[in-house]
Amino acid sequence: MTETILPNLAPAYGEILMAIGAMTLLMFGVFRGNKSTGFVSLVAAALMIVTLFVTVTWDATAVYTFGDMFVADRFTSFMKVLVLVASALAVIMSMQYFRDEQEERFEYPILLLLATLGMMVMVSANDLMSLYMGLELQSLSLYVLASIRRDSELATEAGLKYFVLGALSSGMLLFGSSLIYGFVGSTNFTVIGSNLVHASAHGPDIGVIIGMVFVLAGLAFKISAVPFHMWTPDVYQGAPTPVTAFFAVAPKVAALALLVRVLYVPFGELSESWTQVIVFMSLASMVLGSVAAVVQTNIKRLMAYSSIGHIGFALVGLAAGSQEGVRGLVIYMAIYLVMNVGTFACILSMRRKDGMVEDISDLSGLAQTRPGMAAALSIFMLSLAGIPPLAGFWGKWYVFKAVVATAVADPMATNYGLIILAVIGVIASVVGAYYYLNVVRVMYFNEPDGEFIPQKSFNMTAIMGLGAALMVLFLLPQINAPVLEYARMAAAALIS
Amino acid sequence: MEIGLAHYLTVAAMLFTIGIFGIFLNRKNVIIILMSVELILLAVNINFVAFSSYLHDMVGQVFTMFILTVAAGEAAIGLAILVIYYRNRGTIAVEDINLMEG
Repeated sequence: MTETILPNLAPAYGEILMAIGAMTLLMFGVFRGNKSTGFVSLVAAALMIVTLFVTVTWDATAVYTFGDMFVADRFTSFMKVLVLVASALAVIMSMQYFRDEQEERFEYPILLLLATLGMMVMVSANDLMSLYMGLELQSLSLYVLASIRRDSELATEAGLKYFVLGALSSGMLLFGSSLIYGFVGSTNFTVIGSNLVHASAHGPDIGVIIGMVFVLAGLAFKISAVPFHMWTPDVYQGAPTPVTAFFAVAPKVAALALLVRVLYVPFGELSESWTQVIVFMSLASMVLGSVAAVVQTNIKRLMAYSSIGHIGFALVGLAAGSQEGVRGLVIYMAIYLVMNVGTFACILSMRRKDGMVEDISDLSGLAQTRPGMAAALSIFMLSLAGIPPLAGFWGKWYVFKAVVATAVADPMATNYGLIILAVIGVIASVVGAYYYLNVVRVMYFNEPDGEFIPQKSFNMTAIMGLGAALMVLFLLPQINAPVLEYARMAAAALIS
Repeated sequence: MEIGLAHYLTVAAMLFTIGIFGIFLNRKNVIIILMSVELILLAVNINFVAFSSYLHDMVGQVFTMFILTVAAGEAAIGLAILVIYYRNRGTIAVEDINLMEG
């Protein structure tokens, strides 16, 4: 009898820990004021690390709880590990920035905690309701984070733009959810999936297809896939740099994990309908990410277009529609995390005597003034460009390999779309290499005009060095074997 | 005439469309955008309640409660961002939100 009253909490221990921790820290911060920011940040990062260990020990097959609204399996634990690592690093990287700007607010690490909690719920969502609640917890925290510098015109404008487009995307997602609920009769992913299998004898209802497209559009906003990418460059540029560093990784990973689950669990039966949409979004993102970035002068804006392009590459794995494709996507996101965190550690070190600078031309001659940072940033740029043997190349290798395998395996050879996708993807990757290499050129071949003040924080140097080392050493089997193996298990948990 | 499911869905679809157009066609005031967002959410609520009654299933109404709660939080955060934006720029006209090339 007690079992029906109290749900099985074990799969959600990580989330419960985060929620209680965030609320406790909020009370602590309220009583101690902004002086406690440093302490609150450290505890927040520690809490994320502890949650990471709680999550990573979850090694069972899929367990459903809270009325089947919440699922924990190997896929969710892998994605949660990525999200938690990205968030913890974002907290650590932002401490020095806010101290230097004398803008320390204890709300900042707490909002990061709440956003991360939202992402964990998104990753584990197995119902349209928990999907929506997780997404909104994440989005509402992110709106505030974007405009956390209340006196900055750029930051408030970024926050306002992000809010309006984010609210619109949530509205579209909800409208889609309501149609799915009405035409299938349930909001549970598993039930929707099995209902659609039984309905497929006479084809799925048009209402379900429309609903799915609306949900897809809402999620495409969150991962900033073309044609729903308009907010990304402005928000990346306007938001404070540590917030941008956070935006670039964790929310993307979480929303992509959610997208994969939504497409495979409830709508696995409709894969013919959504593959076309994913192929289109993937193509358009890769092309736009490569072409539009060429003319950028602001490095944060450059990273925005770069992230749009990278989401396109990750979606290639989804377009493949196979377990290998999802495995490629998961590996891609793991590598993307390290590349982006490292790059933003470098961008956060671009500080002169009179404040932060963020133009690519400000990096001129960095190889002479700060050779170590120039070397690290070059490695990240070459890795983002996908130059072998760096990790970024292997990320692209696995998704493209999966999509070509799907296209070739089809005996009717009707999958011209997938072959075209792979070809255009490789071309876009070559075009994109231009602007990454341009950053390297500016650092190594231009004369220095002014020097950055040395990075005071050891953490940043450590993140840069470690990230660059991982990028170079990824081809060693000792480094890549565990990633590949866990990614395989994660994909296998979702698609048998 | 019996008011059936189709009527509710039509009203909801119309409200949703008005909300979307309100966001994209409005060139004057950000408050109107906030109103449009609320309109979209309410259209969704009508959908959910109509389906819930049609399917004799309570889940839709539970979902509506969640949406109402989140919508309140969303409106509060939206207005808060709008207030700090107004303090910085002294305007909330949509055509003035252009410090960055969009």
